[in-house]
Amino acid sequence: MIPVFGSSTRDEAKRLNRADLTRRLVARLRHDEAVIGGIGHTNFDLWASGQRPQNFYMLGSMGLAPSIALGVALAQPQRRVIALEGDGSMLMHLGALGTIAMAGVRNLIVVILDNGVYQITGGQPTLTSHGVDLVAIAKGAGIARAGWVADEAEFEAIVERALVEDGPWLIGVRTDDAAPEGVTDRDPVRIRERFMQGMGVRR
Amino acid sequence: MAPQTTQDATTAAWVGIVIDTLKANKVEFVPYVPDKVLAPLIRQMAQDPFFTLLPVAREEEGLGIVTGAWMAGKRGIVLMQTSGFATLPNVLASLVVCYQIPALMLVSERGTMGDHQLGQALVCRTLRPILETLGIEHHTVQRLDEAEFIVDRTIRQAIATQAPACLILSPLLTNRPQGGAR
Repeated sequence: MIPVFGSSTRDEAKRLNRADLTRRLVARLRHDEAVIGGIGHTNFDLWASGQRPQNFYMLGSMGLAPSIALGVALAQPQRRVIALEGDGSMLMHLGALGTIAMAGVRNLIVVILDNGVYQITGGQPTLTSHGVDLVAIAKGAGIARAGWVADEAEFEAIVERALVEDGPWLIGVRTDDAAPEGVTDRDPVRIRERFMQGMGVRR
Repeated sequence: MAPQTTQDATTAAWVGIVIDTLKANKVEFVPYVPDKVLAPLIRQMAQDPFFTLLPVAREEEGLGIVTGAWMAGKRGIVLMQTSGFATLPNVLASLVVCYQIPALMLVSERGTMGDHQLGQALVCRTLRPILETLGIEHHTVQRLDEAEFIVDRTIRQAIATQAPACLILSPLLTNRPQGGAR
């Protein structure tokens, strides 16, 4: 049975492993969906999940994964687009949530991976460790389909829905502090060129 | 509505040139943070179904959006004023320049030639040094008779060379004295 999305609070949500849930997400992609991986461990684990040509890996511009994903989603309304963003990154661009709601993109899914810390710089707490609830902020920004997922099963069920039902969606996931399982190659032009091939823009 | 004054006619002329040239080059996504000088351009774009106008909270978001759109096959330009441009160096360096994205920017130049705000005047001095430090092509439009050439060629070169470019609208274009008492 599919639980009602958003019935869990942030505190109730189980802390999931980022690499594991990234693999679970990618395993459900069957229509060349685009995935934009935010800076840091978020895209390291996307890289480790297998380098699909439809994946884009950010090497800087912290906080812009949802905005880049919005641009892709607007340009290709027939394609589902997923932004993977950490809590520290999302906190930098809360206004982008309002832009996504205003743009009314039905094909955009933002997944927030909230471990409560800036893990890559040594685990300093982010504001989500002090009570900031990014799902509540997303709802307040006008993204109605926003919620925390209780566990792996709910994550997979909600991803399955978000891949077919109209968005925009914002899926909040609590994550643990396990180390990432890979490191993204730092070659921005190659990353961009391959992604454009994955988007059907380049041959 | 017909222009009421010579100044209105000048405004209508540069706005028309910018819109026609963007359309001719298939530049359709327009994230913006507003500026008084850009207001008539934004107003006219909002009435034109060719453009997808996106009021963003910060200019950085706008660059993220046009980057995503470019990689997915569509062109865009971010509208802003000088102080907004000054928020962009990190995103220009770590996204737009290093990934070779022909992101287009249209900056209304505030803080020069008679501006009364010290903050605006100081931030204006950072505009061209930032562009030059990052090696970003930029051109300042000062005259109506050059406007189409500069805007068109700048866009074409950006796309052909896969490099960002910045168009700066000088008060000499947007607020040029028309002669006589005003």
